[in-house]
Amino acid sequence: MTASASKVARRKLTNVVFEAFCVVVTVVALVALAAILWSLLSQGVGGLNLDIFTLSTPAPGSRGGLANAIVGSLMMCGLAMAIALVVGVLGGTWLAEYGGRSLYGSVVRFINDVLLSAPSILVGLFVYEILVAPMKGFSGFAGSVALALLAAPVIMRTTEDVLLLQAATLREAGVALGAPLSLVIRSILWRSGTSGILTGALLAFARISGETAPLLFTALNNQFFSLDLRHATANLPVVIFNFALSAYDDWRRLAWAGALLIAAFVLAVTILARIVAKEQRRS
Amino acid sequence: MTDAALSSAAGSRRASPRGAAVAKVFEGLCFAAATALLAALGGLIVSLVIGGWPALKQFGFGFLTSAEWNPVTDVYGAAGPVVGTLVTSTLALVIALPIAGGVAFFLTELCPAPLRRPIGTAVELLAGIPSIVYGMWGLFVFAPLFSKYVQLPLMMAATPGSLLEKLTVGIPNGSGILSASIILAIMILPFMAATLRELLLTVPPGVRESAYGLGATTAEVVTSVTLPYVRTGAIGAVMLGLGRALGETMAVTFIIGNSHGFPKSMFDSGSTIASTIANEFTEATSPVHASALIALGLVLFVITFAVLGLARLLLRTPGARL
Repeated sequence: MTASASKVARRKLTNVVFEAFCVVVTVVALVALAAILWSLLSQGVGGLNLDIFTLSTPAPGSRGGLANAIVGSLMMCGLAMAIALVVGVLGGTWLAEYGGRSLYGSVVRFINDVLLSAPSILVGLFVYEILVAPMKGFSGFAGSVALALLAAPVIMRTTEDVLLLQAATLREAGVALGAPLSLVIRSILWRSGTSGILTGALLAFARISGETAPLLFTALNNQFFSLDLRHATANLPVVIFNFALSAYDDWRRLAWAGALLIAAFVLAVTILARIVAKEQRRS
Repeated sequence: MTDAALSSAAGSRRASPRGAAVAKVFEGLCFAAATALLAALGGLIVSLVIGGWPALKQFGFGFLTSAEWNPVTDVYGAAGPVVGTLVTSTLALVIALPIAGGVAFFLTELCPAPLRRPIGTAVELLAGIPSIVYGMWGLFVFAPLFSKYVQLPLMMAATPGSLLEKLTVGIPNGSGILSASIILAIMILPFMAATLRELLLTVPPGVRESAYGLGATTAEVVTSVTLPYVRTGAIGAVMLGLGRALGETMAVTFIIGNSHGFPKSMFDSGSTIASTIANEFTEATSPVHASALIALGLVLFVITFAVLGLARLLLRTPGARL
């Protein structure tokens, strides 16, 4: 009797310790993450003003903003998404509809999964080797290719998943009407899977818009405003990196403002992706 | 197919092979796109091998074992960054894993229902914050506090000659191996917690409820029912977290101190493979220097490929698709 009573007491004690541990670490984790968001807000908001969006990156001590970096980032991410959407959607379609069950298909899927989480700095090195070194110059175009290499696997993965979720009867109905499989894919499967693919694309967009490492040796940076992707192009992540490590207070202020902008943008895009995904589940 | 296309096709030839031709072209395009990514990874490996070959040939096996990294004399050994990468990633995992587990268990077993979704969503959203933000926070906010409240007291408390003294040698400026590990841990924490939570939610309610029905405590339900149920997936998630930490550049570069050679203590400055490449590649002074950096990249690729490949194989098991 006493033995079993003490066993119950021990189990209860273990459980109390376990539950207390879970609560404490959750509070610690949430506090740490809230602290990061708080310093981002408190340090970043001070630097936000109209100049950020209208002026280019300044020399230390003079007035300036981040306009060239914002525009450069948007251009590069836009081009990267265009490339990644074409490659990712077509590749995902191939995996889902054509060759996914073959040995080659499983190799492609495995490689895609590896690329999905490969260190982004290695992608930067690769693009440097194949585009920057032969062309003897950093370019926004090379930066876009590096970002596209990071976004395409995400889109390919979601496209495959979304297409495989479509009912087989949809395909059969299309084929029974006499449409070739390619037409069935394009006008039926893609259309009914649009919101799913869009969710994946938005998540990929959120991921690449904050990437710094692959741009360090591809797009490099540019002090001036430029719309020409054939040369080194200013971009927010690299500007933040350079300015944050500088010794000038006004550059650091700009870095915090830029970090706040990027984080807010990434959060907004991620939330948008979640809304799109929810709409899709409802319909 | 439209009427106009049909009639024009009927005008020239009887059958309309156009649909079939487009179908072939479309299938070919899809195949090309799938192959493009395969080629990208192949190209990545080949370019790292070709780029790193001069350095590997010159230094041989010593590239991995020597800790001398000197751009002035053009002698490069990767042991310092390699050890730095492994130490910071492992430490980050050791710190982050219990916390991520605790958060996931809290969210699935203990959390009051109204808070469950908001906290879960917040953790998932935080997993997407760019790593450069974590790096900046580490440098400007964390490092001064860490120096004042952890490094200095510990160094004061260490008696000369003790193990603690050996571990805490260094400049107490807030940066170094341990700081970098902590920042890495904070960075991979939301990702691991969100993944673990998602896995635990796949446990059928009946399984969990029957365990509670038998009189098991929360701790027992977690350790003997739900966690074993998602075991393989959980190992995969942990290794994905490790993969992230291994290849992370920005969160580390800000705070590790960026000195080459072997880190001598927890507070000593060091470097990782990714931080060395990020810092030196655009300023590489000689062809051998650039080649050595690319060879470093190759080493990082081999390490992460092994970890990620293993993780993906484990996550491929049914019921644990991520």
